[in-house]
Amino acid sequence: MDSFIVISLIKIFVVFGALMTILAYLQWVERKVIAHIQVRPGPYRVGPHGLLQPLADVIKLITKEDLVPPYVNKVLYLAAPFLAITMALLSISVIPFGPAIQVGGYQTWMQLTDLNIGVLFILAVSSMGVYGIALAGWSSNNKYALLGGLRSSAQMISYELPLSLAIAAPLLVSNTLSLRKLVDTQDGWLWNWNLFHGWQYVSFIIFLIAAFAETNRVPFDLPEAENELVAGFHTEYSSMKFASFFMAEYANMITVSCMATLLFLGGWVAPWPAAYGSGYVPVAIFAAAGVIMLFHGLHPARRRDRLTFLPFGLILLLAAAVFLVPLTQSALLPLFWFCAKTGAILFLFIWIRGTLPRFRYDQLMQFAWKFLFPVAMLNLLVTGLVVAVFS
Amino acid sequence: MDLIVFLVFAVIAVVAAINVVVQRHPISSAVSLIGVMGSLAVLYLLLGAEFIAAAQVIVYAGAVMVLFVFVIMLLNAGTETRTGRSFIASLLGVPVLAALLAMLAYFTARIYPRGTEVRFGGFRGGTAEAVGRALFTTYLLPFEITSILILIAIVGAIVLARKELE
Repeated sequence: MDSFIVISLIKIFVVFGALMTILAYLQWVERKVIAHIQVRPGPYRVGPHGLLQPLADVIKLITKEDLVPPYVNKVLYLAAPFLAITMALLSISVIPFGPAIQVGGYQTWMQLTDLNIGVLFILAVSSMGVYGIALAGWSSNNKYALLGGLRSSAQMISYELPLSLAIAAPLLVSNTLSLRKLVDTQDGWLWNWNLFHGWQYVSFIIFLIAAFAETNRVPFDLPEAENELVAGFHTEYSSMKFASFFMAEYANMITVSCMATLLFLGGWVAPWPAAYGSGYVPVAIFAAAGVIMLFHGLHPARRRDRLTFLPFGLILLLAAAVFLVPLTQSALLPLFWFCAKTGAILFLFIWIRGTLPRFRYDQLMQFAWKFLFPVAMLNLLVTGLVVAVFS
Repeated sequence: MDLIVFLVFAVIAVVAAINVVVQRHPISSAVSLIGVMGSLAVLYLLLGAEFIAAAQVIVYAGAVMVLFVFVIMLLNAGTETRTGRSFIASLLGVPVLAALLAMLAYFTARIYPRGTEVRFGGFRGGTAEAVGRALFTTYLLPFEITSILILIAIVGAIVLARKELE
């Protein structure tokens, strides 16, 4: 029992720390990718290639003046950002990042906790997250904030339906609600993933569209449409309260990407079995990157390249070596595949933000109710029929 | 441990429920009601009914209450003014409440005789499989009739809404 609590605490600290770092750097990645899509360098001043920019942003946000306007409803105004960030961070606790691993003779899962209703838990928590935004908009006592809050609650109610229906289809194929077992059913080859095995292409696309809307991302970012609503529901928020809304949005993005990975892309499972050498993919990637860096470090184009490329090349080679050690390999390989798949979906989020314009509000609602919802319903019906006939 | 969690959330549920009535502003009442729903979900979870707990949060705390809050925000409802209390209400209120509580206590004591223990996590019928099996075998007819009833309610609501437009 005691060792269980200690291990759980360690896991919580590791996951929380990693999540916070990823949140901060996801924003850096987003700014960089968008910048390169728009042919500009992006953050460049703080640290090499702006790598310390997230740190500077955090310091800026913490030290900014924390305003509470006199006309707000104090209790709800203060509770709203707290609610948003809590609900956003809570759902990460049921997401499995990998299989069971041995740590000093103690077996533990790379997951904070496994619920039999893991998928439902995430749905429940994300549906509670709406309150953060809705109440923030209302309690600010500001017309732009109110409109933003209204839009966001209407949008989230509407898109939750196709989202849930799209989640239900792969669950039918896998026949479980536990996220751990969900991954186990997709083990083996690429075509055992729910996306290919169960012909869940339609569900996958509906899930992605609804997930974009649920996380208030472009092209569905109407709650914070700058040209109409100033900053939408968080217009009246400053300093860390604003930052918690910001972090909640990115945390939700990470959660839905993890969900897409687990539901459709096989979670931490490699695209092909380890017997056919999938375990050497990360080694090859890291080693190739390390060798290229070492080469450029030894033949520097600029004087400072000798100082930067050489150590980084050695670090990458070391990372490649770590993937070959059997002890660390069993933990790192699943983590690598999980991060690769989740990262690909996160990149898609950013890519679309750099590509698509915003919907008009009536288009958004019509799209949800008149197209996405019937299609999701039909998809669930067909999937259910196919599962019933073939099982 | 279970008992502590139970007591904490039972107290939260009762206090929030009283707060729903006491609060003057509709939004504050709605938020208190969310608190009631949430703590009820925790109580279900304590008993072992995990699916019902999740459904409670998704349907009641998540969907129904979001609609409530949405409508209150949309209509921009202000603080309620307290109307003068009616004579009958102040006369009958306390006795009726006492009678109701006494009836609840009496029937609970009759159905569950002394010595029936509540075992936290002892309920086995609350998993998704168990609920699904019960809904689609034992209670299939009530389940289907309820869905038709809801459909009729939706159609009725639309008819009423259209009438106002004309």
